[in-house]
Amino acid sequence: MNDIANIPNNNKAAKGGDSKESISGEFTTLNLGPTHPATHGIFQNILQMDGERIHSTEQTIGYIHRAFEKLAERRPYNQITPITDRLNYCSSPINNIGWQLTVEKLIQADIPKRVDYMRVIIMELARIADHIICNSVIGVDTGAMTGFLYIFQWREKIYELYEEACGTRLTTNVGRIGGFERDFSPTFHTKLKQFIKDFPQGLQEFSNLLERNRIFMDRVINCGPISAERALAYGFTGPNLRAAGVDYDVRVMNPYCSYNDFDFTIPLGTQGDTYDRFMVRQQEMWESLKIIKAAYENLPEGKYHADLPDFYLPPKDQVYHNMEALIYHFKIVMGETKMPAGEVYHSVEGGNGELGYYLVSDGGRTPYRLHFRRPCFIYYQAYPEMIKGALLSDAILTMSSMNVIAGELDA
Amino acid sequence: MITIDNNYLKEQIASHLGKQLLYSEETYGMLCVETTKESIISLLQFLKEHSELQMSFLTTMCGIHYPDHKGKELGVTYHLHSLVNNIRVRVKIFFSEHDCVVPTATTLFDTANWMEREAFDFYGIKFEGHPNLKRILNVEHMNYHPLRKEYPLEDATRTDKDDHFFGR
Repeated sequence: MNDIANIPNNNKAAKGGDSKESISGEFTTLNLGPTHPATHGIFQNILQMDGERIHSTEQTIGYIHRAFEKLAERRPYNQITPITDRLNYCSSPINNIGWQLTVEKLIQADIPKRVDYMRVIIMELARIADHIICNSVIGVDTGAMTGFLYIFQWREKIYELYEEACGTRLTTNVGRIGGFERDFSPTFHTKLKQFIKDFPQGLQEFSNLLERNRIFMDRVINCGPISAERALAYGFTGPNLRAAGVDYDVRVMNPYCSYNDFDFTIPLGTQGDTYDRFMVRQQEMWESLKIIKAAYENLPEGKYHADLPDFYLPPKDQVYHNMEALIYHFKIVMGETKMPAGEVYHSVEGGNGELGYYLVSDGGRTPYRLHFRRPCFIYYQAYPEMIKGALLSDAILTMSSMNVIAGELDA
Repeated sequence: MITIDNNYLKEQIASHLGKQLLYSEETYGMLCVETTKESIISLLQFLKEHSELQMSFLTTMCGIHYPDHKGKELGVTYHLHSLVNNIRVRVKIFFSEHDCVVPTATTLFDTANWMEREAFDFYGIKFEGHPNLKRILNVEHMNYHPLRKEYPLEDATRTDKDDHFFGR
């Protein structure tokens, strides 16, 4: 990109620079990224450094842009689920289910209670996995490798649960429009019970390592703060907004998937710094575990999918022996299902914020337009403001605590 | 005590816009209004600063392209959300692709900055007054706007595939 060439080295602090702060009135250009090991993804930031302090930042994004919105305009609705995996790949089940909910809203499907509860279990597991990655990486960036190594085994357990539920681990493609492709297997039940029983101990161990650790606290408190007002202006959502003290959670404000059946609290921070973001995620993991427990204990009996022959694939044995089933199978696989025309916006609480789907259907086999509201695309633009005047090492920490996921950022 | 629902919202928007309110509809629980690009900023500001509605959160905005709607080929859709009243609204504007200059919303919402850059990148919609209007996800030397409908996803010059039988 041309930006690199355009920024002259050691440019005089004439343009917008505050030369009083700078000893020599000169800035050093520092290229952080695109493939810097400390940024955990492909992000480029061209920093103007005033000594050790960051004066201004020029961001470049789009290195892994894959044109999902364009791709979606050529794909039948059920083939878009795997695209959504690749948005926030740390919690892909939430993306998958969010998309299915959007389509179900468009076709106004009636979803069985059991499906809702199963989805809640899967989505909350995904939230825990997402927060585990983010929080343990904050630890790594402060130099605390141990917590990361220990808590990652719980992420592994969650991935094993995904594997039982849908056969895959990272890019899950879990569920179908209308429900799940299969019921939870007996192994899933065993592993989930084990997880509910053992995870508190693992999370507590991680909490003990970092939460009240004086070295860690001194390092992250007041690092990359943002006020509630600025966070709202920048469109922050999710744990980052809640760390700044605004109790906006899509699960509570616009409940989907029977979230209103569950009793949980929204953890809040006060000053929106790295420590608050870390703590909000820590508390959310406990809340998620509570939701999983409640959903699993009260898992209703019934079907694991809705009765939607136009969208939900019929069982294979019927496809071979039943004409209607064969027709529906063919129509779904070839993407010839009739869709109602209309516009829907649906959002779910993703791992890092409000993940929205704006779907415009003209009645064709594919969406006319599909726009993803990717939370980190929206809040990452606040990054220069958050790190202005900070040290370079704080910038690294701020970025990892914001949970910016390259796949979602670049869509 | 006023109940803040879609009807109240619609009344407020109608009284603010007058004749500039071109269309309004409630679909899937969300009010959707269409206005002109001349009055979009005043409407967004009205909704943002309204003492009852307080729709100060710009959830998302994106471009859209209808090549068959002559004179109204391109559009921008704004989703506003009131976190206080938990009510959302979708505001749309449409304009000709030959005159796709729209006033920027960055004066009202900091978050509109990248959203507008994205709409510019993919649809070529120019936001007048934007502080840094350049491509965001695509490379800068790209000379077209890929989400416009005239750019098919598959190579249009391919002759080895006949999709006729599958309704494409």
